[in-house]
Amino acid sequence: MVPFLQENVVFRGVYCFFGGNDGNATWCGGRDGIFPGGWEWLAFFIAGFTIMFILVNGALLGAAVFVWAERRLIARFQLRRGPNRWGPFGLLQPIADLLKLITKEDLVPTSADKIVFTVVPIVMLASLLLSLAVIPFARNTYLADLNIGVLYFIAVGTLSTLGVFMAGWASGNRYAVFGAMRGVAMLISYEVPLILSLVGVVLLAGSMSMVSVVEAQLIPFVLVQPLGMLIFMLGISAELNRTPFDILEAESEIIAGYHTEYSGIKFALMQAAEMAGVLAASAVLSTLFLGGWSGPFLSGELGAMWFLLKLAFFAFLFIWIRSTFPRLRIDQIMAFAWKFLLPLALINLVATAVEVYFFAYYNAAVPGEITRSEQWIMAAINLPLAIGSIALFSRFLRERIAAPSPRLEPKVAIIQPAEAAD
Amino acid sequence: MLGKGLVKGLAVTMKNFFKSPTTVQYPEERVRQHARFRGEEFVWYEERCTGCASCAKYCPLGIIRIVTKPSKTAMQEGDKYDIEVFDIDIGRCMFCGLCVEACPYDALFMGSGFEEGALRRDDLVITVDELRNAPKRPSTWFRPQLESRKYDPHTGKPLPWEEVGREQWPWHQKEKAGAKITRRVQRGGASEGQP
Repeated sequence: MVPFLQENVVFRGVYCFFGGNDGNATWCGGRDGIFPGGWEWLAFFIAGFTIMFILVNGALLGAAVFVWAERRLIARFQLRRGPNRWGPFGLLQPIADLLKLITKEDLVPTSADKIVFTVVPIVMLASLLLSLAVIPFARNTYLADLNIGVLYFIAVGTLSTLGVFMAGWASGNRYAVFGAMRGVAMLISYEVPLILSLVGVVLLAGSMSMVSVVEAQLIPFVLVQPLGMLIFMLGISAELNRTPFDILEAESEIIAGYHTEYSGIKFALMQAAEMAGVLAASAVLSTLFLGGWSGPFLSGELGAMWFLLKLAFFAFLFIWIRSTFPRLRIDQIMAFAWKFLLPLALINLVATAVEVYFFAYYNAAVPGEITRSEQWIMAAINLPLAIGSIALFSRFLRERIAAPSPRLEPKVAIIQPAEAAD
Repeated sequence: MLGKGLVKGLAVTMKNFFKSPTTVQYPEERVRQHARFRGEEFVWYEERCTGCASCAKYCPLGIIRIVTKPSKTAMQEGDKYDIEVFDIDIGRCMFCGLCVEACPYDALFMGSGFEEGALRRDDLVITVDELRNAPKRPSTWFRPQLESRKYDPHTGKPLPWEEVGREQWPWHQKEKAGAKITRRVQRGGASEGQP
């Protein structure tokens, strides 16, 4: 029926349970479903709905767990305990937060553009949920194996920038506009190195499909593309408005930035989108750079476990970074993107392109294939390259404070009383 | 900041991550106050108090109110007065401890409590009955004799009135030697009617 969904374990199970062999689906192993003939469209609908239900609720539940984990872990990083009152280890804290937020009044400011103001949480959450469609959670467990999966993720993820700007503009609040403007300036800058860093992975895999990228990782691409992973991680944490880059909701400067005017359920949705965005970013990171569902053993059966472990690792890394670094100034952030990340991304791209050309086409037994040993050789080249170029370009980030020039000393003209009298 | 500082910062937070948190979960556990803490619930030894009202005179806020009357032995023996009212309004008290410093007979001590909240202002006034019934665990603030004994009001036993003084006042030495000059003791044969 739908060619790319029949590989999906969940879809296949549900569809075959209900619709079975009635239609032209020959991939149910000849078994009949419980629906009579002619009703396989309903089975298709139920199966598709099941997948969407699992995906959406999984993402939101994951966001809730991430909120809890982030608060607990940041507390531990700061020698505190974190939420521990409601439920075991405070696990029910996100539910308490949500209950509090949905019982609040749903305020819309009088100066706000009401339609845009209301649409913003939907845009932000939708962009996040859409981006989950291409992530392979385990072998044959994904909604869509698009052949432009990486591009799709970037394109859909950028929609959240639109949400930020809509929120800032529609709020009718100066601080919100400040936050939105900062956000747009920053996010557009960070898109460039972010996308360039993924091109290296795409070159190596020879495909933009997430599944192909996972299958192309004979060794994890974090070894082959250390620079690419670093740039992608920094870029995506700017994209997600995480703390070293959270100038667009800087509490100490512009109240809450673009979501100053949001309260109640709208605020809850925006927070959920932000938190689940971290999980989506961790999922993409672990898919593209740590081998996704593949693990040292049983990557077919325990694929989801390996995937979740890697996802948790990256989520922990994000929380660690957030709990450590102070917020950067906007000029520092811009300098970081244009003077540091962009040159590194270009270096990474050129080096990877040359290596891929050499190994896959110039000097290859089978054209277009990169073997495991060749990947190891590339890793051995790229790691020193990464360290060297980071050391080189971090010199451009130094803030030079010049010693005061002697010429700047004030020259005071002394007016003699005789002259003054003239 | 950018450079090695990033790695150092990450190392610091990671070290903190493996330390145990310093938070004290308040209603279940409490921070142990120091032995010299100037807290609420003043510890008052009626046996030592002569009713001289030095504490009331020294109080910068004037929140100690003492009403005394002559006891049977007050005039003849130079003994103490009976205390009728001893109100300390801790709603206005700033816990400077000057009353404790002023007490010449080591009869008044600071306490160690800090949870004396009440719903009404009147409930914040410590009366003489509350002072009599309060646990006798004096804070060692301005009491070197307790501090040199390493007395801890949180773990130590309640101290009777014989053990808390500095023993340099003849009246106390006499009383400790066995003379019974407490308020409740009637001394027959003492001349009455003399104010």
